Amino acid sequence: MRKSVLWWCSFKPSLKYLGAGACLSLIWVANIHADTVFVTLEKDNALAVVDPGTGKLIKTVDIGQRPRGIVISPDNKYLYIAASDDNTIKIIDAETFKEVGRLPSGDDPETFALNPSGDRLYVSNEDDSLVTVINLADKKVLKQIKVGVEPEGIAVSPDNQWVVSASETTNMVHWIDVKTNAIVDNTLVDPRPRALGFTADSRQLWVTSEMAGTLMVLDVKTRQPIKTIKFDVQGVSADKIQPVGVVIDKDNKRAYVALGPTNRVAVINAQSFEVEKYLLVGQRVWNLAFSPDQKRLYTTNGTSNDMSIIDLDTQTVTKSVGVGTYPWGVAVKP
Amino acid sequence: MRAINLSFQVAISFLFIFQLLGVNFVYADAKQVINIAYLSQEQKAPPALSNLDAFIKDKGIPGAELAIDDNNTTGQFTGQQFVLKKFIVPLEGNVLDTFNKELVEHYSAVVVNLPALQINILGDLPSAKQKLFFDVGTVDDALRNEQCRVNILHLLPDRAMRADALAQYMMKKRWNKWFLVIGATQEDRLFAEAIKRSAKRFGMKIVQEKNWEHTYDARRTEQSDVAVFTQVDDYDVLVVADEQGQFGEYLEYRTWNARPVIGTQGLIAAAWHRTHEQWGAVQIQNRFKEKTGRWMEEQDYAAYLAVRALGEAATRTKSNDIARLKDYILSTGFALQGYKGVPLSFRSWNGQLRQPVLLAAPRSLIVVAPIEGFLHPKTELDTLGYDQPESTCKWSQ
Repeated sequence: MRKSVLWWCSFKPSLKYLGAGACLSLIWVANIHADTVFVTLEKDNALAVVDPGTGKLIKTVDIGQRPRGIVISPDNKYLYIAASDDNTIKIIDAETFKEVGRLPSGDDPETFALNPSGDRLYVSNEDDSLVTVINLADKKVLKQIKVGVEPEGIAVSPDNQWVVSASETTNMVHWIDVKTNAIVDNTLVDPRPRALGFTADSRQLWVTSEMAGTLMVLDVKTRQPIKTIKFDVQGVSADKIQPVGVVIDKDNKRAYVALGPTNRVAVINAQSFEVEKYLLVGQRVWNLAFSPDQKRLYTTNGTSNDMSIIDLDTQTVTKSVGVGTYPWGVAVKP
Repeated sequence: MRAINLSFQVAISFLFIFQLLGVNFVYADAKQVINIAYLSQEQKAPPALSNLDAFIKDKGIPGAELAIDDNNTTGQFTGQQFVLKKFIVPLEGNVLDTFNKELVEHYSAVVVNLPALQINILGDLPSAKQKLFFDVGTVDDALRNEQCRVNILHLLPDRAMRADALAQYMMKKRWNKWFLVIGATQEDRLFAEAIKRSAKRFGMKIVQEKNWEHTYDARRTEQSDVAVFTQVDDYDVLVVADEQGQFGEYLEYRTWNARPVIGTQGLIAAAWHRTHEQWGAVQIQNRFKEKTGRWMEEQDYAAYLAVRALGEAATRTKSNDIARLKDYILSTGFALQGYKGVPLSFRSWNGQLRQPVLLAAPRSLIVVAPIEGFLHPKTELDTLGYDQPESTCKWSQ
């Protein structure tokens, strides 16, 4: 709807004057309903605020040194942002972008995950081979859990049973019981596991392996792989295929995988595990996030300094939005 | 009473099961031991050329130690224990004696940081036939070609790989005319040979070639000698072959014409460099510095990779049998993470580790080779160094 209004506004200049007021108010109404996308800019020490409806960068706000991981609270009021070189995770008001608190994340925080109820945060401490559990109510560290070397990807299952941490150099995912905060099992996966994604029903865990160029689907019940998916992009040599971010839609129909320096996002049938399509996005595509209605997918493209917007109904890339230097993480507010 | 008793029993057996499944499953008992030897010899400190860089006695060792720690972190989950034993032969000692007396019986995986001349003497010992050596010190092309040995893998990029990396960059910059300056040592001549091979390979032209015969004293060399020495026909770039760093540092900013310096000084080709921080490299740079208080050197990186390769093979094969580990390491499934953005593996035709080469200025990483645009049917990494059809290594012998 909004798309057509915009089209009408921009391509009928004679009518534009007549209906300028109506046209503007329509855009304004439409914008109220659009979501807002937040992108951390690792090298700009800033956060980009993007309106995905118009595909415009609304503003950029200073956020701290080397911001990377970003998560929004379930009530959409706060953003948690890892300011890696400030050695903290900042709590930012999602409306005013003012800092309202800091979390004891340990040194050089990069990736972290929030539990579904939004009261616990799990941080990967890459240099110390630890996962730090933070209780958000009092901003205190509850526990530090020894994991493998260079933990990176971390995820909490939607049913809040598991925290899973992937260690890049140990090549394992560690299964941490949410109740005891202790490792219960470890699964050996392909070299350099990077990102993790649970299916909405918490039955599968999808793990990307950057060095192997593969994605493994693990059955949560047995914690063993049930499928290894390989990628084959025409005209791109195998060692450039480096899967990073992975998300699976809530109906478990399709999964999307960022393939790093291939500059593509793979579209996977989540039932058959077949790769259906490769969508060309920006350079070194890194992290992914759905729009709240799951009609769009947003990507951060590390080295082309932009984000791509993918329309999921048509499976096409509709826009790329310049955001700033080294876009890293992405979070979405409805 | 009976009911209580029953529930007590249930509780006990439950605990027992929990113990079995839970604890032992998670942190498996370390049952399988993988022994790794590190063999090296003390080096005489070379004459100090500059006070900027202190002589590092233990290049290689902390890299192996860091990798052992990493392997054991994995091992605590898989029931494997990695043990590193260092054999550092004194300056006046005999490496072969140490190998035969102390090492031969208990170790089949040996990381060696020794000069090129000693590697094959060691590898050819009858007692060494069933061993697997990881050479972390040499860059000799000959050891990867006609003098290759089936029981020796090479971790550092050889001179040919380095020269090709530099050549790719010079080609990209259209620095087509090279002025080659060669030092007095045998190593310098070998580096120059590699440069000449690369020039031919990439269609570049060496317009001038000169041997450095002047003094090695900075104070006397600086203005007069270099300026006079570099008054030659026009060239785009000065390529220097001075592996020990006896004079190469004095060339930059002193040449008659304003030209960049590349090769063993100026812009250098390296397996590892302190300016490198992409692809997670900053993590290992930090971990290494915290452990040792110094930057990671090439040999440290090579030793790290050697021990990590063994770790990766042992984890995947669940074995500590050297023949199985070697098969896995040389298989197509082997993918080693080396903080350089692509999986590393060994060339099946000569045991050379296939890897990107860093081109670095003293305080800035310029580019990582293979450089975009240099294509290869299998992997672009094989645009560096001796590719399979060019190799003169006869593995099978």
